[in-house]
Amino acid sequence: MLMYTVKRLLAGIITVWFIATATFIAMHQVPGDPLMNDKAVSAEIRANLEKKYGLDKPVTEQYVIFLGNMLKGDFGISFTQQNRKVNDIIRDHFPVSATLGILAVLFAAFGGVLWGALTALYRNRLPDIIIMFLVILGISVPSFVFAALGQLFLVNLNGFVGYSIIPVAGWGTFMHMLMPSLVLGLGTMALLTRLMRSSMLEVVNEDYIKTARAKGLSPTRIFFRHQLRNAILPVITVLGPQIAAITTGGFVVELVFAIPGLGRYFVQAVQQLDYTVIMGTTVFYGAFLVFMVIIVDILYGFIDPRVRLK
Amino acid sequence: MIESIYTPSADDFTPATSNAYVEQISRPSLSYWEDAWIRLKKNTRALISLYIVIGLALFTVLGPSVWRVDPSLQDLNQISQAPAWPKTSILVGPYKRFAAIVIDDFPAEPDEYIEDIPAPLNTRTFEPPTTQHVRLVWDPVEGAGGYNIYRNQRLPEGINDLGLPLGSTLAGNQVSYEDRLNLESRPYFYSIVSTDGFDESYQYNTFEVTPKLAITFNEAIDRGLIQADENRALNSEIELEFHPFGTDYLGRDMLARLMEGARVSLFIGICAPFLFVLFGIVYGGFAGYVGGKLDQLLMRFADFVVALPFLLFMILFKIGFGIGPGESGVIPMLIALVILGWPGTARLVRGQVLQIREQGYIEAARLLGGKDHYLIIRHIIPNTMGVILVTLTFAVPAAIFTEAFLSFIGMGVAPPTPSWGSMCNEGVKTMLSHPHELIFPALFISVTVLAFNLLGDGLTEALDSRMRSRE
Repeated sequence: MLMYTVKRLLAGIITVWFIATATFIAMHQVPGDPLMNDKAVSAEIRANLEKKYGLDKPVTEQYVIFLGNMLKGDFGISFTQQNRKVNDIIRDHFPVSATLGILAVLFAAFGGVLWGALTALYRNRLPDIIIMFLVILGISVPSFVFAALGQLFLVNLNGFVGYSIIPVAGWGTFMHMLMPSLVLGLGTMALLTRLMRSSMLEVVNEDYIKTARAKGLSPTRIFFRHQLRNAILPVITVLGPQIAAITTGGFVVELVFAIPGLGRYFVQAVQQLDYTVIMGTTVFYGAFLVFMVIIVDILYGFIDPRVRLK
Repeated sequence: MIESIYTPSADDFTPATSNAYVEQISRPSLSYWEDAWIRLKKNTRALISLYIVIGLALFTVLGPSVWRVDPSLQDLNQISQAPAWPKTSILVGPYKRFAAIVIDDFPAEPDEYIEDIPAPLNTRTFEPPTTQHVRLVWDPVEGAGGYNIYRNQRLPEGINDLGLPLGSTLAGNQVSYEDRLNLESRPYFYSIVSTDGFDESYQYNTFEVTPKLAITFNEAIDRGLIQADENRALNSEIELEFHPFGTDYLGRDMLARLMEGARVSLFIGICAPFLFVLFGIVYGGFAGYVGGKLDQLLMRFADFVVALPFLLFMILFKIGFGIGPGESGVIPMLIALVILGWPGTARLVRGQVLQIREQGYIEAARLLGGKDHYLIIRHIIPNTMGVILVTLTFAVPAAIFTEAFLSFIGMGVAPPTPSWGSMCNEGVKTMLSHPHELIFPALFISVTVLAFNLLGDGLTEALDSRMRSRE
């Protein structure tokens, strides 16, 4: 178990290094440099600026310096936002994205398990048909359409009530978080519902369910203790990759709902070729996703004792 | 003594004659694909999806040659028009000033100010009402020193509900008014209220007018509806531009743009998965067949690529490839998708190859003297085809989604080129007032993704041999 964890963590660190290197190479392939966005400056000023940011050194040396700073946990200073540290940008805006993502995952997981269990319980009857229809809709409609529809709904709701009970955009209170996380989690919820349903239907035919029934356990007890608990396992396995999908998908929802998350800074930074911010956000995001997947995998070993982690 | 039940005779020990009917195949043998096709045809949902996919392909390929409207033609006269049936308009001459009708033998100023002046009666239009102008005339009212004219888009419910105050005439004998304010071809309710010069009466009469859509000769020539030298009679009807799906915020035809956008979205949605699945087959097939250390190394690299934050790298790569002026940016997006998309297929194919490599029939083929490349081409790849086809079908909606996402956040195709995603991006801004600009592209994305998803489900069921044994 410990060996496995160490192995996974080491592999994770190498992966983060790979992400950093790939980003570095891709970024330097982009024509131009961050100083081009400034107003026309004289060659002397430009040289001074290059010196300040270390752009006068050869690319390989810049790479080594960057890696060294990254190990110390320092991503440097933003080019376009005067004297703002990349670490500060991440510290200020990542919690927003993370809160949104975690709420969305929670919402998707609870919803997926609940609806999936319900559809399996009412197999081929009306609730099943209705929910599965909604699931297909949830998988096929892009999240920005849901976001737009969600806003439209809020506008109408607030208009109907007469005051703003749920804000249409912005960030701050729990009420602000409600609709964006709902919208963000919808696609994942649909996927999880589908997975939960098929896994529930598979478990029903297992021998231990028959045994439990033969022992005379009540159907509710069989449903919750034997069927549900075993059927949840595949859902947990896909949760890791889904967290990754949700945090990246958060971009669009952040844009539509005017949420000050990290996504907006990344898009801005890429447009302005703000080297340090691009590196900082990508590496941070990448590391977050890689370790999220590892954590879910390790947790899985605790939840399902049959799985031996090697 | 035990009684024997059956006494064998000598005949029982003669060899049996071979029966030719025992192993005869009663029906013609089906190939894997023929069988899959039969099973797919039984699945109504998958079949409908297949028809939708074919329909979309026709819409994209043949659409522009049937619907010959330039998708980039801007018409600022018709911004954000809602979807409508074909409209006709009447041709009118240039606008001529309307001289107010004044009744000479009627006092302009009332002699005495009476308490309650009745509303004017017998309101009528002076000339046929068109969207160029609505000219109203009414009978003068005893004691009136002027009239106020109101316009509402519904029948007024009371004196406080007369609608927009258009204007007033300043004399009791001036009994006409011309309305030229943003007229559309829809019913209007005009109310005329008498005044004594100071206060307004509490009585009103309402008159309903539905102006006809009108267009002047010059405008029709400018918009290319008639030829300059064409001799058309005044008040004759002409066909206006037909926009079955409405127009966007620059007056461009939505249907033509949806067709143009389908080219981008479906091109990326189908080409990118095709390319990266192909690359994945080669990569995964090679790794799986070679095995050993090299396989480990290759797969570790694939794991790294999977770990890259997908959307972040899409944006980075797309910008990295650069878009020159006048380019749409479709190719950079395609390349970025292929670079980031292949590891999934590679993993899958590798797994399949590892599994198939150990199968008995491969051993048998090798014993019969089959060379490596023969084994790969004849046995291994065709046997992974089913799984690959399913992956491909599910990769298409994913790629369409990615394109739409990127275009939606403004990182996709460059503006003059439409794609469904960028059309959604434009439509979202006017969502409240002109929902059709968002609904149509969103609908196209959703239906396409839905069709490919259901088709993928159907193919999984039709091609997966495990599913077969379950029946």
